[in-house]
Amino acid sequence: MPTKPELALDPVLEVEDLKIHFALRGSGFARLLGRDTGTVRAVDGVNLDLERGEVLGLVGESGSGKTTLGRAMLGLVAATSGSIHHRPGDGSPDTDIAALRGKALRQRRTRLQMVFQDPHAALNPSMDIETAVGHPLVIHKRASGDELRARVVSALERVGLVPAEQFLSKYPSDLSGGQKQRAVIARAIILDPEVLIADEPVSMLDMSVRAKILQLMLDLKDDLGLTYVYITHDLATAKFFCDRVAIMYLGKVVEIGPTAEIFAHPRHPYTQALLKAIPDVDPNKAMPRDLPRGEIPDAARPPRGCSFHPRCPLARADCGWEPRDLKALVEEHWTRVPVADYEREHALVGGLADLDHSENRAVVKPHGGTVADLDALFDRIRTENAAEPLWQGVTSITATEDGLVFEFAPAAEVPLRPSGPTEVACVLYPPDPS
Amino acid sequence: MKALLAPFRTTTGLARWLLVTGLVLVALFVVLAVFAPWIAPYGFAQSSVDGVKFTKLDPPGPGHPFGTNDLFYDVLSRVIWGAQTALLVVLLSVLLSALIGVPLGLLSGYVGGWTDRVLVLIMDALYAFPSLLLAIVFSFLLKNVLPSGVVAAALSLTVIYIPQYFRVVRNTAVSAREATYVEAARALGAPNSVIMGRYLFSNVIQSVPVIGTLNAADAISTLAALGFLGLGIQPQDAAEWGFDLSRALDDAASGIWWTGFFPGMAIVLLVTGLTLVGEGLNETVNPTLRKRRFATVTLPPRPAPSDLSETQNALAITASDNSAEGGGK
Ligand SMILES: Nc1ncnc2c1ncn2[C@@H]1O[C@H](COP(=O)(O)OP(=O)(O)OP(=O)(O)O)[C@@H](O)[C@H]1O
Ligand code: SF4
Ligand SMILES: [Mg+2]
Repeated sequence: MPTKPELALDPVLEVEDLKIHFALRGSGFARLLGRDTGTVRAVDGVNLDLERGEVLGLVGESGSGKTTLGRAMLGLVAATSGSIHHRPGDGSPDTDIAALRGKALRQRRTRLQMVFQDPHAALNPSMDIETAVGHPLVIHKRASGDELRARVVSALERVGLVPAEQFLSKYPSDLSGGQKQRAVIARAIILDPEVLIADEPVSMLDMSVRAKILQLMLDLKDDLGLTYVYITHDLATAKFFCDRVAIMYLGKVVEIGPTAEIFAHPRHPYTQALLKAIPDVDPNKAMPRDLPRGEIPDAARPPRGCSFHPRCPLARADCGWEPRDLKALVEEHWTRVPVADYEREHALVGGLADLDHSENRAVVKPHGGTVADLDALFDRIRTENAAEPLWQGVTSITATEDGLVFEFAPAAEVPLRPSGPTEVACVLYPPDPS
Repeated sequence: MKALLAPFRTTTGLARWLLVTGLVLVALFVVLAVFAPWIAPYGFAQSSVDGVKFTKLDPPGPGHPFGTNDLFYDVLSRVIWGAQTALLVVLLSVLLSALIGVPLGLLSGYVGGWTDRVLVLIMDALYAFPSLLLAIVFSFLLKNVLPSGVVAAALSLTVIYIPQYFRVVRNTAVSAREATYVEAARALGAPNSVIMGRYLFSNVIQSVPVIGTLNAADAISTLAALGFLGLGIQPQDAAEWGFDLSRALDDAASGIWWTGFFPGMAIVLLVTGLTLVGEGLNETVNPTLRKRRFATVTLPPRPAPSDLSETQNALAITASDNSAEGGGK
């Protein structure tokens, strides 16, 4: 491993400010009323370089946008904005994959290939292995006849499907999961690509086969000079498999750096939470869901500021606190009080629709009482747990004629910033010199 | 060959029996149709032999086993030649409608968007129309345009059945489009034509034979209905059961049963045969309808206590062998 990574920089893919938003298909009724049905920000401003010859892990919880980012690298999903620069190693010209269409894009896919999560679904059930594995060569008119068969046989041997002749006439349903994934890998390498995007390539396989497939992929990487993007939500395999890891949360990369550094000194509070939650004893266990409080927010309405702030145990005043967080806090408070209290308080506040938005100012109107009653209620909630980081983000609570006015602190920008050998998107990094 | 025999291997009991009955019936009519020139004693529009005219409305007897009808034709010959007409028209219309309906459905389902919406609208409109009415309209329009009554009848039936292939293939293609193997094909750099031809086609085509046979059964009765209404094939063009049946209506009142009974039976038997084959195929194509046959598991005899430990060792070894590359399916 080079000590000064700057010297060895030879990116094969450069992702710049990539955004991929999907239009939400709202109900017909909502569309009739002309209401904005919103968009899912699957990938929301990602910057990263894929260095030639490395294994880059994309790690994150379900829905963090890993698969979407991986598909975008192959041009399988249209980018909303941003670019993906491909610098082929074979001397063909550089291009922006995000801007390619049609034939040029299909041609590019001879350099970039994909391995899928579910090997059974990735193979056409009515195509035998010989046709399936050799099809890329046929599509791109690279081989035919005896040469085609010879290359299929050698690809099958490469991935350990031996004796290859035995597998040629088999159908996917005749093979085991591990064998099918080997066939999928054979199909992916037969065009001699330089980048392989592997989307959870072992998560649907038996425990006993996983290590073998990963080892096969490492061997192929050395033999064929491949570069991998390894998508997973399993930190244990990422630790074993990757040179660098990018931790994703809600469509953003929150931390990226050398695997050893990330695992030894996780900086981002989300990374820390992930690593704390991973049980060391069982390396095969997938990422547990019992992260610090709360659910993953809706990708259609990401939080203000740092999107991890509603769950972050270290959050500060400038992390992007917003009225929605206050709503969640009150709702949580209601789960703990007796029913009579809940009913009285609910009548007073009159639902929490006033708080269901993400601006930096909210007015809560008293419904069945006075502003003073409201003030008292929020005082009570506040004293219940004064350590709640949310309150740092509330700069003022003023009683006015309209109602109780909450002002929230402005949200700091959280771009990826270098911190030691890694880059972190968190207001705490790099730490203040003071 | 394996695929052809699949319906027999996978069906059991009543289902298999029905399928076989259907196949026998259909085979019988196919033989009649193909060998009609040799089997039929007379031509379909022959009313005399050696210049001697047949007796009109002769009851079944030695000269005419099924009798003769009011046009002096031999009923047996008309029934046999009728099989040829019926199967020819049905084969033509089923092939044509599949040939048009399947690619359209594939295209519509895969491409989506406006192409899909327009095609679905047209096909739904055709489908919603009562099929006999549609056939009447089209045969009326085509009768004077096309020289051959057989082709005109086949084309009017084709129009009715296109939407059925279209709908089934389109719906399967819509769901198959989202399948990972289609995405995988795109990731390989396959153009849309290859994806449709090599990845979708073989997976959406499965239900087509079933629709084909069931449509064939329906087409027989629709063709007969057209003939009955006098819109089908004229008696000098070819023998057609529906036409004969309509002529026989008047005879029935005067106790002449043979002119209507035999063509009627032919229609009933062929429709039944085709329906049975269609339902039989349906069972094999849609396995959810079928009660699964479970293979009985026979366990090896229990070993004597003395060599129990050896067997356990052997079992442990095979178990670890299996897990080495067992793989989740
Ligand atoms: N084609 C699509 N249309 C609409 N929304 C989509 C589409 N593809 C993905 N999404 C949404 O984008 C977000 C990110 O999805 P993605 O599949 O990239 O996540 P992931 O990190 O791969 O998750 P997982 O671990 O579950 O595979 C999700 O909220 C998902 O619902
Ligand atoms: S910016 Fe850092 S401290 Fe603030 S919420 Fe996000 S992760 Fe937590
Ligand atoms: Mg995924």
